[in-house]
Amino acid sequence: MQKILIVGAASAIAEAAARQWAGRGAALFLVARNAAKLEAIAADLKVRGAAAVSTHVMDATDTAAHAAMLDAALAALGGLDVALIAHGTLPDQKACEASVELTLREIDNNGLSVIALATRLANLLEAQGRGTIAVIGSVAGDRGRQSNYVYGAAKGLVARFFEGLRNRLAKAGVQVLTVKPGFVDTPMTAAFPKGALWAQPEQVARGIVAAIDRRKDEVYLPGFWRLIMLVIRHIPERIFKRLSL
Amino acid sequence: MSAAQASAWGNLGWPPAAEIRRVDTRDADLPAVAGTLLPYGNGRSYGDSCLNPGGTLLATRGLDRFIAFDADTGVLACEAGVLLAEILDLVVPRGWFLPVTPGTRYVTVAGAIANDVHGKNHHAGGAFGAHVRSFELLRSDGSRRRCSPAENADWFAATVGGLGLTGLVTQAELQLKRIAGNAIAVRNVRFSGLDEFFALNAEAEREHEYAVAWIDCLAKTPRGVLMGGDHADADLPAPRGGRNVPLTPPLSLINHASLAAFNAAYYGKPWPAAQTVHYRPYFYPLDAVGHWNRIYGPRGFYQYQSVVPPAAARAATGEMLAAIAGSGQGSFLAVLKNFGARSSSGLLSFPMAGTTLALDFPNHGAATLDLFARLDAIVRAAGGRLYPAKDARMPAAMFRAGYPRLAEFTSYVDPKFSSGFWRRVMENN
Repeated sequence: MQKILIVGAASAIAEAAARQWAGRGAALFLVARNAAKLEAIAADLKVRGAAAVSTHVMDATDTAAHAAMLDAALAALGGLDVALIAHGTLPDQKACEASVELTLREIDNNGLSVIALATRLANLLEAQGRGTIAVIGSVAGDRGRQSNYVYGAAKGLVARFFEGLRNRLAKAGVQVLTVKPGFVDTPMTAAFPKGALWAQPEQVARGIVAAIDRRKDEVYLPGFWRLIMLVIRHIPERIFKRLSL
Repeated sequence: MSAAQASAWGNLGWPPAAEIRRVDTRDADLPAVAGTLLPYGNGRSYGDSCLNPGGTLLATRGLDRFIAFDADTGVLACEAGVLLAEILDLVVPRGWFLPVTPGTRYVTVAGAIANDVHGKNHHAGGAFGAHVRSFELLRSDGSRRRCSPAENADWFAATVGGLGLTGLVTQAELQLKRIAGNAIAVRNVRFSGLDEFFALNAEAEREHEYAVAWIDCLAKTPRGVLMGGDHADADLPAPRGGRNVPLTPPLSLINHASLAAFNAAYYGKPWPAAQTVHYRPYFYPLDAVGHWNRIYGPRGFYQYQSVVPPAAARAATGEMLAAIAGSGQGSFLAVLKNFGARSSSGLLSFPMAGTTLALDFPNHGAATLDLFARLDAIVRAAGGRLYPAKDARMPAAMFRAGYPRLAEFTSYVDPKFSSGFWRRVMENN
């Protein structure tokens, strides 16, 4: 039975991943801000077959609360096999440009709070010599674009930080997975018109669970984004800066 | 979800909603919008009863959480947007089944309530609403009511079969049915002529929990295959799915030649007298082909589903089939079945005792509508009615004639709620 911690458990992708794990009989510890939503998700996962589900209300940007949350998770699960960090917000780029305070808050939501969590988790898993830390990054972290570079910068920070963690924890036998979804049809992106590149959260969740099972390092979801981002990363900056992306 | 993604199954090209709002949590309030609201589940209604052109759709597929399941009693509580398919995947391995299921498992629980759907066991089990223990109804005034046959029974009766017009159903509790395995024991009998159908069907209803007939509606003498079924104490591997119609062809693939050839071949294929199959191909043969509705091409298609009372059933069904065969239009999905006497829970429920005929017709414009007008006359004269979930064109007078409790129902309609269907049958006289 896998013992799994999910931070940002009310996000659509995390909830879909939790359903996959629940169907296999995993024990789950769910962390999110909204207690009512968390309870609804927990009840659902129990019906779907989870061996045990515990919930913990926490704002992930409250880094002072992380240690107590991890203690509670370890106590409830009786150990830890997988930690999925899935919380995040989609900033209003234009509003960020007009507000330093908002920009920093978004970097905190999507970047610093993730790093704080990953730091504690890394020490924990390194000490036990096994386990998985997975984070939901984004293709937006691969390159800065005018339409969402605040979000992209935070996700890029996370990607580089996880690269370093992976390098450090490889010796300890700990898997460090960076997930880079493309466009996903979730409440977070409800306002966007959807085209052929959009994926459903269930599809991305299946990819995450499979990538953890196969002990991958980095995965683009759906997989075609690896190709798209290969091209985008290789456009020379001299040209890239003139594109409306 | 964009406006373009909220379509009805018949692909008849209705104008889009002005806006689509997701409902992702069952405790959320209804959005404050200027125009009208309508819940939108999985879009498997054929016409405009699930659409709200120019208004707001409340997309409920985000309400897809289970709340509780008691594997001893078979009572399941879940959110309104859970698909019947998701329920089956959960409960069949644990020995339970839906008490009533329509011909596709890709409908939401609230959609099944709103249309008081029926299945192949109406003669034995009634319609879907008869197995709903309770649900929560959220109205635009912010009120929430728990409705059951005992509690707020009037709201329960209005909302079962109420076409989503009485408010938003947020969650429901269903009584499931015990099964011994995932298989169905099927008995197939060919028939030729309606007299033979009615005789065989009466026998099948006595002997089997499920009974439904496929008919070749283009044959001079109506002929077909009656399929009786019962849950069997056996488990079979799920059939592999995955076939899909990837895009809409530029022309309908359904025409007289292809239909006549299909129907003759289907009737003539070797039908084993008895076979045991997985429940999916028995209940949901078309679900095996994703987006099968696309084969009707860019102009889409209509379904015509009627019910006529027992006294007139034999004559009216014969007249309808003769009119259809004479028109040369028709369907490879023609389904004939009897509804039992068990009365439906809802004021606007479609099922009533009698014989129901359901056929798909490619949209050939005026020729198709002319045929429907002839069928309407037969159904009305027989004291029957049409199924709003399948309808895209019935005249207002036809709707009023078929649903005697309509006036009673209208007092329960939420003042903020409306649909394309509702405006069509209530405002255009």
